[in-house]
Amino acid sequence: MTQAVAAHDTYLSDFRTFEAALPPGEPAWLPELRERAISRFAELGFPTARRGNEPWKYTNVAPIAEGGFAYSAGPPPAVTPDEVRSGIVWDDGWHNVVFVNGRYSPALSSAAPASGARIASLAEAVRADAPLVQRHLARYADFGDSGFTALNTAFLSDGAFVHLPEGIELRTPVHLVFVSTSDVRPTVSHPRALIVAGANSAATVIESYIGLGAARYLTNAVTEIALEDGAQLDHYKLMLESGDAFHVASTRVEQARDSTYSSLSYSMGALIGRNDLRVVLDGPGGSSRLNGLYVTAGRQHLDNYINIDHAKPHCTSRLYYKGILDGESRAVFGGTVLVRPGAVKTDAYQEDKNLLLSEKAEVDSKPSLEIYADDVKCGHGATAGTVTEDAIFYMRSRGLDLEQASALLIQGFASEITDRVRNAPLRAHLERLTLAALRGFKHGFTS
Amino acid sequence: MAKVSPGGKNHSRPLLEVRDLHAAAGEAEILRGLDLTVNLGEVHAIMGPNGSGKSTFTNVLAGRPEYRVTKGEVRYEGKDLLGLLPEDRALAGIFLAFQYPVELPGVRSREFLKTALDAVREHRGQPKLSVREFNKLVEERVREVEMDVDLMKRSVNEGFSGGEKKRNEILQMSVLDPKLALLDETDSGLDIDALRIVAEGVNRFRAPDKAIVIVTHYQRILNYITPDYVHVLLDGRIVRSGGRELALALEAKGYEWIKEAVESGRTSV
Repeated sequence: MTQAVAAHDTYLSDFRTFEAALPPGEPAWLPELRERAISRFAELGFPTARRGNEPWKYTNVAPIAEGGFAYSAGPPPAVTPDEVRSGIVWDDGWHNVVFVNGRYSPALSSAAPASGARIASLAEAVRADAPLVQRHLARYADFGDSGFTALNTAFLSDGAFVHLPEGIELRTPVHLVFVSTSDVRPTVSHPRALIVAGANSAATVIESYIGLGAARYLTNAVTEIALEDGAQLDHYKLMLESGDAFHVASTRVEQARDSTYSSLSYSMGALIGRNDLRVVLDGPGGSSRLNGLYVTAGRQHLDNYINIDHAKPHCTSRLYYKGILDGESRAVFGGTVLVRPGAVKTDAYQEDKNLLLSEKAEVDSKPSLEIYADDVKCGHGATAGTVTEDAIFYMRSRGLDLEQASALLIQGFASEITDRVRNAPLRAHLERLTLAALRGFKHGFTS
Repeated sequence: MAKVSPGGKNHSRPLLEVRDLHAAAGEAEILRGLDLTVNLGEVHAIMGPNGSGKSTFTNVLAGRPEYRVTKGEVRYEGKDLLGLLPEDRALAGIFLAFQYPVELPGVRSREFLKTALDAVREHRGQPKLSVREFNKLVEERVREVEMDVDLMKRSVNEGFSGGEKKRNEILQMSVLDPKLALLDETDSGLDIDALRIVAEGVNRFRAPDKAIVIVTHYQRILNYITPDYVHVLLDGRIVRSGGRELALALEAKGYEWIKEAVESGRTSV
């Protein structure tokens, strides 16, 4: 047991309230799943940051465990389209599916023309597509060892469901927007998404997490992604929660033969943020490209915990993460590449680079490799540094002042990740967000 | 364009005056009493063996923070230079072509050059160039240094070959149009083609209202750029000055010859 039981009676009693209010007519497996999940949560509680608990060694979730976040059983508060759209990239031509506190909001969503894909609320899909949903839901996001995932699964009733039938190439991006509202008392929401990409299908899915209001809340999200043979998914996760919020998210990806998963995780919000990303390359010829950018300031704490499981031969994974840290913020990068016995011809590389703009900012970057197969090519690297004096002097010698020179260098550092965004409006949006964040930084480089 | 002949000194317009300059990096004093006057229209070559202080000199003029001036003065256009920040020196018209141009990951060449040119033009009271005008200027200057225009879309100097980096320095010089160009071993490591291109760029830049200081270990580049003056730098001081023939003598006899002459004679300089 690597996790300690914390005080979580609120969650258990809220679960009973939640359960009692569920609509009738659900397939029997769903309440059973919730029961198993809440029992597991009761056993696990929240993880504790301590020696021996590697996944949570550097992130103390005591403020979350002790936060007493209440589940809000009533209808979600009224949210206007402008409130939702102001802080995120929004395109009326996309498939926009908006959730408020984890619940689907038809009024805020906008559907693009029919495309052959099924884009629905999970609550609806459970009724209409029960066998398909049952086949995938909670199959990848194992809650056996994660209190957060167990809690999310216990409160599972709605969320996003994206299904691409075999051969469907979706040209229009699917945008899943998870809005958390804050209340006078701290509240929790459990956003859930299930994305199933059939054989040789292709799509772009964007997840945006935002918060309205300044009060403290907890977003505890789980996203499951299954890529069948030859499927291709471009996945963007934009974590833009309110500055006082807590965000814990688990993304689980299962890749079949010759599938391609590209992701970009962009994290800028939340006081404490944690992105778990686990990718299982479970068929030969699979390829994963994982990119990340985190920009933190003040007393923010951001933890990226990534696990790439090379279970089958001839798979490729590339991970490039970058962090820009100001103030007293702290970032954690824990990346593990696991090459299982028999996964020959694995080609894996992971790299985490950090730019520290303040002397009080801190990063713990721990990429690691566990290799149990021969004939593989694996590498990793991690760096943390400031903007170099040489580069600053070079730029100043061309007439740029210190501020211009550092701004260009920091933006340049970030652009190595944002340049990988293939969707042009989204790329421009991320560049704007980054620039706006950098302008707000108190520190910045001083020579 | 009136070419200033060697000896035809333009005393009325000194651009750079260096007097008894001492400078140190950390505890080590590298420049030990360097004197030099450069007038508008002139090309000066400063030659010296490794460790004589050549790069230190150009970097001190450009304002590199690692060097500390311990004594002496430098006047540029009649005003104190050493109190200026590096960017203010650049805006005033001083350009250092780096011996080792720095790679700027993620900073696109075109954007970098535009930002620099905007700053320089603003300082000169000139309006900003439009994107169209800027692109036209850059394309023309890129052609002159025979660079691939696609390099301008890439990060500054990143993945450039040694020759491309040096040509990029000349390109920046030509676009920013300074008054005083300091070339820090721009010739080292260049093949003959790149050397010719770089030298042509410098010759195009040469004008009565400009001045050039070329710092070099070898006289090879002086086959392409004819200097008005050649100076020999030893142990942080200029120990001998002359015309082009001094460079040829150095090539024939090596730096040992000068060292011995300086040590034995001291009077014959």
